Amino acid sequence: MSTPASTSSSPLPRLDLVSRVDQTGVEERVARFCKRSIKKASKMQALKLALGMIDLTTLEGQDTPGKVRQLCQKAIHLHDSIPGLPHVAAVCVYPVMVGVARKALDDQGLAGEIKVASVATAFPSGMSPLHIKLEETKIAVAEGADEIDMVISRGAFLRGDYGYVFDEIAAVRDACGEAHLKVILETGELGTLDQVRRASVLAMHAGADFIKTSTGKIQPAATMPVTLVMLQAIRDHYYETGRQVGMKPAGGISKAKLAIQYLVMLRETLGQAWMAPEWFRFGASSLANDLIMQIQKQQTGVYQSADYFSKD
Amino acid sequence: MADLKDKNTRLAVGKTYKLYIDGKFPRTESGRYYPLHNKDEIIANVCLGSRKDTREAVVAARKAFAGWSGTSAYLRGQILYRIAEMLEGRSEQFVAELVKQGLTKAKARTEVAVSIDRLVYYAGWTDKFQQVFSSVNPVSSAHFNFTVPEPTGVVTIIAPEESGLLGLVSNIAAAIAGGNTCVALASYSMPLSAISFTEVLHAADVPAGVVNVLTGSRAELTEQFAAHMDVNAIVYCDGDAAVDREIQLHAANNIKRVVRRTGIDWSTEKGQGPYFIRDTQEFKTTWHPVGG
Repeated sequence: MSTPASTSSSPLPRLDLVSRVDQTGVEERVARFCKRSIKKASKMQALKLALGMIDLTTLEGQDTPGKVRQLCQKAIHLHDSIPGLPHVAAVCVYPVMVGVARKALDDQGLAGEIKVASVATAFPSGMSPLHIKLEETKIAVAEGADEIDMVISRGAFLRGDYGYVFDEIAAVRDACGEAHLKVILETGELGTLDQVRRASVLAMHAGADFIKTSTGKIQPAATMPVTLVMLQAIRDHYYETGRQVGMKPAGGISKAKLAIQYLVMLRETLGQAWMAPEWFRFGASSLANDLIMQIQKQQTGVYQSADYFSKD
Repeated sequence: MADLKDKNTRLAVGKTYKLYIDGKFPRTESGRYYPLHNKDEIIANVCLGSRKDTREAVVAARKAFAGWSGTSAYLRGQILYRIAEMLEGRSEQFVAELVKQGLTKAKARTEVAVSIDRLVYYAGWTDKFQQVFSSVNPVSSAHFNFTVPEPTGVVTIIAPEESGLLGLVSNIAAAIAGGNTCVALASYSMPLSAISFTEVLHAADVPAGVVNVLTGSRAELTEQFAAHMDVNAIVYCDGDAAVDREIQLHAANNIKRVVRRTGIDWSTEKGQGPYFIRDTQEFKTTWHPVGG
């Protein structure tokens, strides 16, 4: 198996030299993104784009194979009465559910089109020994995961043990083989935007294909300021190394309006090249329905009710 | 500092009349207003509520429904009674406001007094109408078969144009007494008391979103009130045949219940009754197996 890690990973950068974040400036910038007026055709395009960027997620202790099959069914058939809807980018499940999701999608002949993403590395806390995390990653990949969502060791990061976190990400990157690696920073536990920026730089240098805000298990999850800081880090990383890294805000994005504001922010920070499911994802479960309801509203002119859309 | 007794130096602080959505008092998102006249004088700039205000209000009402329909009937009665108490305490303000909108003092007093009594009336019915409308049904199998009313959900109310306070209060009280949440459109020509009434609701511990009140154009908002898929019933009080037809057409989208309350003199006993509650109830029949 080839190891893209060796090509995508670079030495641990001096994190003390990473530029500081102007929090007030970030908040003001974000406030502006929320005031853009997106009308009619553009709105419709944004709604469909957002729909195609969703990692339809179920990460609960009560998940069953039946629930995961149902999620896959939803991923394939979002709302068949509206023709021309895109399908979601991926389904995101726990490692033990990867096989179920893989089979459900393969049976429908959608293997390449809808990816299977698996969280791994002792999600959500990451509090396990490295060899277990690596083993878990390998199992998820062997079961058929196209993408791995790993969590970083926040404890090690916060105490300044950047080398450990860096090596861990690089090791998981190797364990992933062909699978894409998304690195969850869990920004709700990092405290400041400066730390978010440092963690982003670290993860990208260690070989992340995507950086992701949150597990969804900690509040606050994804926020626009945090996402903007990460997008800026991606931009600067691209200028520095020429390598394009994807972004995935996750947790708390459940309304179409908010999703469109994220897309505005993406467009104005990273540009058109990132405006595709290959480079931007929403980690969400209830967002899909709200997007569909808004698309239906755009088409019929009538505000919709959740009663007429499948729950999961 | 100005001498408070001297009307020449004391500048009156006028009230800005806003909307009532989700327990808050926002201005209309559209930024549009219409002037309200009493003869030649402009007495207020009133929000010209929009489609999006309606959407926000319905979202709030939907969110509040589970909680409000789940509270005990007894508590709902207490809260309705509390609204009456609060209104009683502020009756002079409401009389003055109705006079400002063109009513005679005597008429205004009656309107406020009947509004208070109507709230007490429905407060009494909250835990009794179920018993009146429920039934045990004879069936020829080993089942205990019974039917009970349940609130239908979100009710939109196009309140009577000619009765600014009483008409609104009568319709809101009947809807929420039965456990529904509602979005009401106030009288276009007499909107002030409707907005002041929401302050009374706010002070009476009515949970946010249970009652939402908009002001604005009927021509513009009727379609929204009737067409919204997340609305379960619409109450229409004005009796215009063309509007009635429009409402029915839009209501057919999701088979909304259309309730018409036209030609009712709200100041009489004809303007109240348990049937007003029943109008926005669904009936659920249960077949419960019994031994034998």
